[in-house]
Amino acid sequence: MKAETSVQSKRPGQSERPGQSGETAETTVETVNVEAVNSRENRSLFKSREKIQPKRASGDFRRLKWIIMGLTLAFYYGAPWLRWDRGASAPDQAILIDLPAGRFYFFFIEIWPQEVYYLTGLLIIAAMMLFLMTSLAGRVWCGYSCPQTVWTDLFLVIERFAEGDRAARIRLDKAPMSVSKFKKRLIKHTLWIITGILTGGAWVFYFADAPTLLVNLVTLNAPSIAYITIAVLASATYLFGGHAREQVCTYMCPWPRIQAAMVDEHSLMVTYRARRGEPRADYAKDANWDQRGHCIDCNNCVVVCPMGIDIRDGEQLECINCALCIDACDDVMKRIDLPTGLIGYDTPANEAMRAQGLVPRLRLIRPRTLIYAAFIIFVAAVMLVTLLTRSDVGMNVLRDRNPLYVTLSDGSIRNRYTVKILNKFRDVRQFTVTVDGMPTAILSLTGGAIGESIAALTVRSDRLRSFRILVTTPASAINGAATAITLQLRNSDGEVVRESETTFRAPSPKRVER
Amino acid sequence: MATDKQQESHLVDEVETTGHEWDGIQEYNNPLPRWWLYTFYVCIIWSVGYWLLMPTWPLVSDFTRGYLGYSQRASVARDIEEARAAQSVYTDKIEKLSLADIRKDSELMEFAVAGGRSAFGVNCIQCHGSGASGGIAYPNLNDDDWLWGGDIEAIHQTIKFGVRSDHEDTRFGDMPAFLKDEILTASEISDVAEFTLTLSGQKADAASVARGAPIFAEQCAACHGPAGKGLREFGAPNLTDNIWLFGRDKSVIVQTVSNGRAGVMPAWSTRLDPVTVKQLALYIHVLGGGE
Repeated sequence: MKAETSVQSKRPGQSERPGQSGETAETTVETVNVEAVNSRENRSLFKSREKIQPKRASGDFRRLKWIIMGLTLAFYYGAPWLRWDRGASAPDQAILIDLPAGRFYFFFIEIWPQEVYYLTGLLIIAAMMLFLMTSLAGRVWCGYSCPQTVWTDLFLVIERFAEGDRAARIRLDKAPMSVSKFKKRLIKHTLWIITGILTGGAWVFYFADAPTLLVNLVTLNAPSIAYITIAVLASATYLFGGHAREQVCTYMCPWPRIQAAMVDEHSLMVTYRARRGEPRADYAKDANWDQRGHCIDCNNCVVVCPMGIDIRDGEQLECINCALCIDACDDVMKRIDLPTGLIGYDTPANEAMRAQGLVPRLRLIRPRTLIYAAFIIFVAAVMLVTLLTRSDVGMNVLRDRNPLYVTLSDGSIRNRYTVKILNKFRDVRQFTVTVDGMPTAILSLTGGAIGESIAALTVRSDRLRSFRILVTTPASAINGAATAITLQLRNSDGEVVRESETTFRAPSPKRVER
Repeated sequence: MATDKQQESHLVDEVETTGHEWDGIQEYNNPLPRWWLYTFYVCIIWSVGYWLLMPTWPLVSDFTRGYLGYSQRASVARDIEEARAAQSVYTDKIEKLSLADIRKDSELMEFAVAGGRSAFGVNCIQCHGSGASGGIAYPNLNDDDWLWGGDIEAIHQTIKFGVRSDHEDTRFGDMPAFLKDEILTASEISDVAEFTLTLSGQKADAASVARGAPIFAEQCAACHGPAGKGLREFGAPNLTDNIWLFGRDKSVIVQTVSNGRAGVMPAWSTRLDPVTVKQLALYIHVLGGGE
């Protein structure tokens, strides 16, 4: 805790108040005497966690992060409320995971449980996108769009609203409990919990009709699993966004470890340009900037860091590349009239080139990125083709194996098949099943209602129905214990829409002779 | 050594110690995380409440019941009641409707056949086999040969009252023991068995067949019919087809004629409720392809 003791003390002679000794506001730089909580020297295995109090940053990257935060949160909270007309036989929610009925609706796409491989494809694409993004520009996912980052940002906004910015919060932490401190804390935690409940609340809307569920939730008529889900997610959000924060990224998330394999010397990463910055020294108004490093050791990059690190220590496991230190440093550089970009997106290769006096060059197109991109395109193309060519009907044939075959009184052999017919059309359809590869075979339906026959197997809209179908053939027509046959599913026009290969079992020829 | 000392002092400097020191060795004060500790305390408080409310402690001949009166057995019973209530939409219909009417409703049929299948798995597979394909002396229910009739009503009656069972409405037929009761001699039985082989198109000794034919007409045709086609009223099997309950070989036929046969099937109406019996009948009917 010793690092925090002299926080916020302005060093004399360096950051006078505006107007004093003729200085303008532009040249005033607030220097914070602070050591990064997770700085390289401070990192000890035996130390308990110190709370990080990030200061509000402002600048281009912060603005970009606000926009991304707005878009992602708006999508998360808003998406279940989008409507999409699918006719009377299906729900009209644009994005819906209907677990009881086993359907996933995504705008014009409807996924059945057996098509869950689309999810695999999506996950592969997502993973590859992550790899590609990381090899191009480091941990952009972590820094801008990871839910942990977005919600932590949201929780920080609330914390700032309730307790003020960094300095005020540190003062408040140290202050003894009082009415005003209690009030601030109460406001903060209440708002955090409300945010958590809203977060969990939005999640359940993806699994049921949102307007109906909202009414049920409010009137306490929703299923208990909805309340349990909300409670679990609300407490997880409250814990991760309000309390655990950077520890989730550093200790719980495997991605920081994996991403080391994705970056190389050509990946853009938030970098402190040490060659320009060092040797660092305190700000002096009349300094000769060619003789010294440009870093004035004002520690503004340290105080804005949500991970509590010092970017000037170089690449670190903790760094999520959120670029807030770039904003903080650029702001300072503008004030002291130096070019911005002492901290900026750069590649290790470029740093090395500059050291040798060469012109740095950005290499975005590399074998690694090409392979990732090609893989994404390939998987996306495969998914698109299968999605566009997938059939609206399906047939699944299961040969009944107990008994393998039945000998009838006239000596003919009968096999039974369970045939499942899938109708994804929006209306009732009739099908028939025929057999190919056994001309003597006669097909019949058993177990249907009176009046139903093999000629007209009726399947309702958006349903799967299974039929027991008997295939009978004279013993004389069989040679061998197993005959390969093909069952064909025909639509009401008699066209074959699906085929399924199966076998017809009979007693071995020896036994037939007997 | 100097760096070790430095490191040590650095750590000691920044981490609290318990203040204990033995031979220069100090102990760091790193207690359990507080959230862990508090969770632990909450669990202890929780357990006290649990002891009071739920059945917890075993006693010598009983256990503490708990104030909520919870019991897993009662909970299962309640679940079964609920499931029964949920199924009553179908079971009520099955109880009320005739078998023919049930067969008009494809949804009801699906439920009945599924229920029949599970009842079959509990009550019938011991003799008829899990695939209902039977065995020696136990009929295969998948084929189209029915001793007592294969239409839905006949199957229903067989299941309800059984065959040679102790029910007063039981189906009954008697295959006499021709040798044991000294109706026929061994050589006459051999001849009639040879003749029986020819009924289903099997090879047989021509001289014996000629001797056996009049014996069959005299002794067997009353139940099995003059052409050996069988008679369902008595459960007399069709001797002209490919399906043999005990076996198609001469030796088996000789044994059957000599000693008679009297297989038994229990009456299920006294053991199962009417809905289950109906479901079983529908399931068996579907298995056989539906006569």
